[in-house]
Amino acid sequence: MEYLEYVKLALGAVLVYNFVLARFLGICPFLGVSKRLGTALGMSGAVIFVMTIACAITAAINQYLLNFRWGEKRFDLTFLQILIFILVIAALVQIIEIVLQKISPVLYRALGIYLPLITTNCAVLGSATLGAQMQYSVFKSTLFGFFSGVGFALALVLFSSLRERLELADIPRPFQGTAIALITAGILAMVFIGFSGLC
Amino acid sequence: MNTLEAAVLLMGVTGGILGVVIALAARFFRVAHDPRVELLIELLPNANCGGCGKAGCADLARAIVAGEAKPSDCPVSSREAIASMSSLLGIDPGVAEKKVAVVRCNGDALHTKVAVNYNGVSDCASAALVGGGPKSCNYGCLGLSSCARACPFGAIEMLKNLAVVHPELCVGCGKCVSVCPRGLITLVPASAQVHVYCNSPARAAVKRKNCASPCLGCRKCERQSPDSFEVVNNLARVKYSSGTLPTPELVEAIGCPTKCLRSVSGHLEQERKEAHE
Repeated sequence: MEYLEYVKLALGAVLVYNFVLARFLGICPFLGVSKRLGTALGMSGAVIFVMTIACAITAAINQYLLNFRWGEKRFDLTFLQILIFILVIAALVQIIEIVLQKISPVLYRALGIYLPLITTNCAVLGSATLGAQMQYSVFKSTLFGFFSGVGFALALVLFSSLRERLELADIPRPFQGTAIALITAGILAMVFIGFSGLC
Repeated sequence: MNTLEAAVLLMGVTGGILGVVIALAARFFRVAHDPRVELLIELLPNANCGGCGKAGCADLARAIVAGEAKPSDCPVSSREAIASMSSLLGIDPGVAEKKVAVVRCNGDALHTKVAVNYNGVSDCASAALVGGGPKSCNYGCLGLSSCARACPFGAIEMLKNLAVVHPELCVGCGKCVSVCPRGLITLVPASAQVHVYCNSPARAAVKRKNCASPCLGCRKCERQSPDSFEVVNNLARVKYSSGTLPTPELVEAIGCPTKCLRSVSGHLEQERKEAHE
């Protein structure tokens, strides 16, 4: 029953331990790009893409490079984990930015400052380090990264749809803008707490 | 080889490989940029105030290059900057009259009474929501400096709980206009040196009770200079769109009985003096 384990992994990453609403990682793009559903979808795509690739590469590095053998000697380089993960993620975002600018200028402009900000998106680094912490294999870690990205996308799409509705709502002036967005995010996080215990 | 050497080697090699990959990607996926946009961004103020109606200076630069906007759409740039932008692109700079904001109220803490003891959130929108803030006049400046906080250029000073615009710092971006819950702030031509510092449409008796220098709607200014002033709803207004803007000398000659018709410099001086009392 190997597939059951993957279902658990997926459910856990998307719903139970949702990166935004349960682990509270990646709040900056969550609030920043959630004003329009269109940009939210674009950002979600970018994050899923970056997270999957980052998790795959960092898992490989964690498994083969941070613990490598040289003849008889073994080197334990786990202390380099965060350093090298950040390096890989930063380089990856750079490459994606360059490629995206060429392939899809519209998406590039829509994402704007948030694409380079994925570099410092703690959800990406979080998924990489969590995958390493759980000692996932490269394949499993890649899946974990993908589903973490899907969880981020789910939270972002839900939230941006809510915010589009909120724009038409009659909100008292002191609550307008970011204030009501934060309150909504809090209620959404409480909803996701309801998934705890699912797996 | 010890751990330190292995660590240095690992980081160095990984960094080097990633650097080469980025360099290759930058070469194969190079996008040709319009260099004029970059030059224009340098010439624009880069305050990203949104006064032009675009999302920041870079957006305006793109619109100018695309021919959708004119350099003069930027309300912040000096005339020289606009001229150099238009000469850079070889296009018409366009004409735009410089505008500045004016807070149409002179009800500082000395002129108005304290009607309620407001100790809620120090924000004009919040105060307007709960009973209308501390001061006695229901149409005047709330004095909780929402506009001063909104101004990206620090052009609004709070003097004795009254917002006063410094016209030499104001660029007319209009951020304060939308912030004021009382709608006291308007953009007027920078050449206008005289304003009616009152915005209350209430009856003269009510206004007099609440404020020491309201516009009573006595029509003294309108009688003296009907080209420059008009009185609507108990309230005198400068006719900004008419050709003849009133001068400070005219204000002296009229002698507004409540001194709420003032010149810009006179208003600043008066409020400064009162603030130091």
